[in-house]
Amino acid sequence: MKFAIVVFPGSNCDADCYYAVKDGLNQEVEYVWHQENDLSRFDIIMIPGGFSYGDYLRAGAIARVSPIMMAVSKEAEAGKPIIGICNGFQILTEAGLLPGTLRKNKGLKFICDTVSLTVENANTFFSTRLKKGQEIRLPIAHGEGNYYIDQDQLEDLKKNNQIVLKYKDDINGSVEKIAAVINKKGNILGIMPHPERAYDKMLGNTDGLYILGSIVDNFLKGGV
Amino acid sequence: MCNLEKTWVKLGLTDEEYQKILDILKREPNITELGMYSVMWSEHCSYKNSKPLLKYLPTKGERVLQGPGENAGILDIGDGLGVVMKIESHNHPSAIEPYQGAATGVGGIIRDIFTMGARPIALLDSLRFGIPNDKKTKYLIENIVAGIAGYGNCMGIPTVGGETYFDDSYKENPLVNAMCVGIVENDKIKRGIAKGIGNPVMVVGSTTGRDGIGGASFASEELSEKSEEKRPSVQVGDPFMEKLLLEACLELFGKDAVVAIQDMGAAGLTSSSCEMASRGGVGMELDLDKVPLREEGMTPFEIMLSESQERMLVVVEKGREKEVEKVFEKWGLNAAIIGKVTDDGMLRLIKENSIVAEVPAKSLTDDAPQYLREAEKPSWQDEINKLNIDEILQNKDLNELFVQVVSSLNIASKEWIYSQYDYMVRTDTIAGPGIDAAVIRIKGTNKAIALTTDCNSRYCYLDPYKGSQIAVAEAARNLAVIGAKPIGITDCLNFGNPEKKEIYWQFKNSIFGIADACETLGIPVISGNVSFYNESEGKAIYPTPVIGMAGLIEDVSKIVTSGFKDEQDAIILIGENKKDLGGSEYLNVCYGIQKGNPPDIDLELEKQLQNLLFELIEEKLVKSSHDISEGGFAAALAESAIIGGKGVEIYLNSDLRSDIELFSETQGRVIISADKNNIDKIMEISKRYNLKSKEIGHVSGNAIKININGENVINLPVKFLDESWRGRIRWEMETN
Repeated sequence: MKFAIVVFPGSNCDADCYYAVKDGLNQEVEYVWHQENDLSRFDIIMIPGGFSYGDYLRAGAIARVSPIMMAVSKEAEAGKPIIGICNGFQILTEAGLLPGTLRKNKGLKFICDTVSLTVENANTFFSTRLKKGQEIRLPIAHGEGNYYIDQDQLEDLKKNNQIVLKYKDDINGSVEKIAAVINKKGNILGIMPHPERAYDKMLGNTDGLYILGSIVDNFLKGGV
Repeated sequence: MCNLEKTWVKLGLTDEEYQKILDILKREPNITELGMYSVMWSEHCSYKNSKPLLKYLPTKGERVLQGPGENAGILDIGDGLGVVMKIESHNHPSAIEPYQGAATGVGGIIRDIFTMGARPIALLDSLRFGIPNDKKTKYLIENIVAGIAGYGNCMGIPTVGGETYFDDSYKENPLVNAMCVGIVENDKIKRGIAKGIGNPVMVVGSTTGRDGIGGASFASEELSEKSEEKRPSVQVGDPFMEKLLLEACLELFGKDAVVAIQDMGAAGLTSSSCEMASRGGVGMELDLDKVPLREEGMTPFEIMLSESQERMLVVVEKGREKEVEKVFEKWGLNAAIIGKVTDDGMLRLIKENSIVAEVPAKSLTDDAPQYLREAEKPSWQDEINKLNIDEILQNKDLNELFVQVVSSLNIASKEWIYSQYDYMVRTDTIAGPGIDAAVIRIKGTNKAIALTTDCNSRYCYLDPYKGSQIAVAEAARNLAVIGAKPIGITDCLNFGNPEKKEIYWQFKNSIFGIADACETLGIPVISGNVSFYNESEGKAIYPTPVIGMAGLIEDVSKIVTSGFKDEQDAIILIGENKKDLGGSEYLNVCYGIQKGNPPDIDLELEKQLQNLLFELIEEKLVKSSHDISEGGFAAALAESAIIGGKGVEIYLNSDLRSDIELFSETQGRVIISADKNNIDKIMEISKRYNLKSKEIGHVSGNAIKININGENVINLPVKFLDESWRGRIRWEMETN
């Protein structure tokens, strides 16, 4: 199986994703520049964290009109698995591929830390290595991770079991401490914490492999 | 030229310096030329007050691939790889416009690293602030930290360490020293040496505007009420632009079309062009009409002195301009051919088809004046060294004093600061901020680099020579406790006005102290920066020679961190305690006394201590190790307990007063913990290095319990200490 890592000007967790896939999952992986317009040769699409376009306007707001996003939308519609991490999550909400939006952290400061999360839905393409209610620890590093969604849509999310992870504590002001959501169809995950930074014992944390490993397991089992 | 009278004085040149320009040119300079001399001959660019002394620093060593004089220094770490590093100050801009001042300090030092062909892998920041008990100081802290975070986070370079100290000598003149470290393949090192007559010269990256004009000169005078007017001298940073510039440059270097490259930092186009020409012994002709500008009607003076950020000057192999343009086009950046390398050694500027400036390139660099200033021991020096500890009586219960020291601003956790920095990006941070040194692995090898910055400026104030020796020794000790061999130094020397005899005395003694420590410990200085005129309303900061140090770890799996690990592990103290309260954090925070003599430093013993640690760590005999510094045994023990989340029981026998026993800052000491079965081996090896090690207790329970001569003097829950230590700075910054 082959992973694509979409690189925008200003992406900076592209290399982190690359090594997590290559060394943590032992899978093939390739960078794809934002001006390309075809992702059909890949099995999984990763949109990495960083500051695409310097967060000008709003985080993710400019990246979403990049040529590659046409290809991302096309593959999304076709049901290909897509994971957006941190800024990647912001880009996916800006592109309308995931519900909700990400605002500045409640304390208005960037936060870098490793935090506890609880598993809300262990029955997705991205979370089958987990158990509902399980607690895991993942790194976070964001200034705009405060997930917002209005009441109606929140009810929808809950009804459809679209909340995948929640922060154990109120880290950044997110509605219901939401840290990761999935689309209705179940092929697109947006996650604020960084699983790709927790793939190696040397880093003191391998909890990221719960998420990344689930992708491999489920792909090999035959798709979304 | 009209009305040049006094113009040179306004630009910061003296009458003698102006006369020297007349002698060089054998005519009067025009305003553009005068502007170029004024910035190049400023302290910031020429080091005119420091050069005669800097030559005492040892700069050679078997690992040194590049010493001082380039954009950054380089150390060979084997496997065809080099560590590139440099530290630089951005003090004055940060005092006036803290967010942008600090941000562009980070931006500038990152450019210095990738200019050498290296991928930046880590940032560290050494910061000094006033005590945060007023709005202005909090504003400075808040925005300086945010500026560093804003730039470094966006660049995707982890900010992994550094240090922060609080003292009112920095109230109006905070220090922001940014250090960047990169990794380069040794056969791909780039340098700023212009070569090849006729080769095109290109400016790449951002456009040139009116921001930062005269920044280098501004940095070369004292701060005063009028400094606010110099706010336009502070550059404005755009980290997104720099991220693109970084990626574009590294992509370009892969193509080998670049002959020379230099960052356009202080003194912008002037310094980059004349320094590259001067190093190569060539000239340069630049057409200023071809420089991409962001504002209309800019004069040659403004174009040459602009300090607009995120720009580079590149000498390209003739005929390969298109390749360069293509790479920069991909990243959406400017790449304009603005001139060529010439053979006559002149820096010649053309605008609207006529020559607007023409001076020998070398005269701007090599002919800059040098001043060996007069040094005199300050009249107050003897007074501040007077201290009779027997007259200072312990004023509170030891438990209370213990908490006060551990939660003092200088010892408390800096988590409030570093949690705003992305210290994990690039997934190579094996040990991040908050311990003795940061450890960054090098993917594809077993190696890692350990990094630290260090300086106790109170010691340097009380004794610049000894204090500076201690700064070097402690930095080395910080690396050794982790298991890293110190391999090189980048130094940032922050002082007051060197034209004052007392300040020059501090500077001179500090240099001698660093030099002697480096010689004995065998660690070369490979790059650095001098920042003078750190004074406000005539009052100087404490002399602050910050030592940035890199260490090499051959096998990253063997590193040891400072937290205690397992219940019942033995705790061993290496080194002997003496009555060293001069300049201590204990006297500072509990009695408001900043007097006495700093502890003595025995560099030969330090060397032995380092070698002992290397052997113990190599043999995997140690589970934790932590250096004793500010706050003495008490602070080091508390930190190991808090970080490990473990309690301890300690039994000491001592002839010293209990508070001295706990808080004395005697050098050359380390607290380690180890499996009980390894104690004999550790003692045996210690003996071989002539070091006194003794078992003083063990890891146990949830509290710190210290008994001296059979009497319990400290009994504090680790959780309580953790909250006091971790929460202090947040509390200072977020309440009131």
